[in-house]
Amino acid sequence: MSQYGPNVSNVMRARGALDTQTWVNRTDPRARVIAAVLFACCVITLDSFYALGFALAIGLFLLVSAGLPAASTMKKVLTMDSFIIFMLLMLPFTTPGEVWFHVGSWEATKEGVLKAVEIALIANAVVMAMLALVGTIDAITLGHALNRLRVPENLVHLMLFSVRYIDVLKVEYFRLRNAMRARCFKPGNNLHTYRSIGYLLGMMLVRSLERSERILAAMKCRGFNGKFYLISNFHFQKRDRIFSLIWLCLLLLLLASDYFYG
Amino acid sequence: MHVVDGALSNEVVIAGGVLAAAGIGWGLRKMDMEKIPAAGMLTATFFVASLIHVPIGPSSVHLIMNGLAGLLLGWMAFPALFVGLLLQAIFFGYGGITVLGVNTVAIALPAVVMHYICRNGVKSTQKKVAVLWAAVAGGGAIFTTALVVTLALALTGEEFIPAAKLVVLAHIPVILIEGFLCGSAVALIHRVKPELLRDTPSADGSPVHA
Repeated sequence: MSQYGPNVSNVMRARGALDTQTWVNRTDPRARVIAAVLFACCVITLDSFYALGFALAIGLFLLVSAGLPAASTMKKVLTMDSFIIFMLLMLPFTTPGEVWFHVGSWEATKEGVLKAVEIALIANAVVMAMLALVGTIDAITLGHALNRLRVPENLVHLMLFSVRYIDVLKVEYFRLRNAMRARCFKPGNNLHTYRSIGYLLGMMLVRSLERSERILAAMKCRGFNGKFYLISNFHFQKRDRIFSLIWLCLLLLLLASDYFYG
Repeated sequence: MHVVDGALSNEVVIAGGVLAAAGIGWGLRKMDMEKIPAAGMLTATFFVASLIHVPIGPSSVHLIMNGLAGLLLGWMAFPALFVGLLLQAIFFGYGGITVLGVNTVAIALPAVVMHYICRNGVKSTQKKVAVLWAAVAGGGAIFTTALVVTLALALTGEEFIPAAKLVVLAHIPVILIEGFLCGSAVALIHRVKPELLRDTPSADGSPVHA
């Protein structure tokens, strides 16, 4: 169990990652959240490919040190929205500049190709760092950490609530799907499919709102007054200070390498 | 439609962040203690809905359902959909950190717009009218989302415009399907629990009794 280990098991946490003790897991969640955000803000300003390669290397290193299962994580990293992939593929042909090669009658420019590669590198470096640093925090702990970082309490409550009930609703969804399968429902390209899935959604909404009424009644019965007690205590230790220091140096190094090679 | 880190210019990213923060702040003001369980539950429901894949041609699309979220949540759709996007970004690696603001605006702003346009129609006691307005909300929300993403890309650079135009075109079937699904969902709610469409919080946060 990690120090900031889960008390509520949850689908949301990166599976397997929390059961192994790594230095990433032992670092203070608040430091990890801030580190990931700062990293993202630095990386999107980078232009030179040296610096971007360096950023990608940092991301990869973090993935390995967080002990995330390699295969499924890489799949996550590479799964970009199909529309983004499409846009990246279009870029070489729509950016004005020096013609590099032809595909049929379309002219691809060097600037366009470089721009597309740049966006892909930035996006992947940030996603890797985020999955490794923040994705390994148990969702409940993350909520508490965000609260300590002055995120509005209401928003944290909303997040904790949905994290708690996403699992419950997923189970409910699969139960309804099973019931549909038992009645020989097979999804296809037809109105019947769309209507049935619409009904399924409507049913889930009705049930979840009824459930929320029961929850509210139960919470009031126990004296709920609009406040959750966020009980996780975090200790910023020597280990966290060292992590923050090294991280800041790395970010400065990134910006410097971009400045000198850019 | 999740924009990734690095694709947009700094100005667009900052503008998106500011707009999203304003929307979330306004939405949170509408969310008092009584509404936290319902809002949390709907957040979770729409998160699960986004995992559902619907067949379309040889491929499939995942649902967004921001129109329906807007009808039920009003301004609270901002914090609710933001939480969904945050969880997706952190645990699934969809989207990114710095573009979270732009992505939130792209999904939640259409929800609020559709709330104001279609809310009264959906409250109708006639099922046909309610379903029709719900379909408008479902399809219109996706269309507006596509427009916001296009605008964000177009403000970043001209080289994105052709791709963005194609994105809007490619979303026409998605618009139709989401509209149809949203209509069917409201048809079911209308039959099973019609008060849900009338008693849910209105945009100004007070319960509406039609």
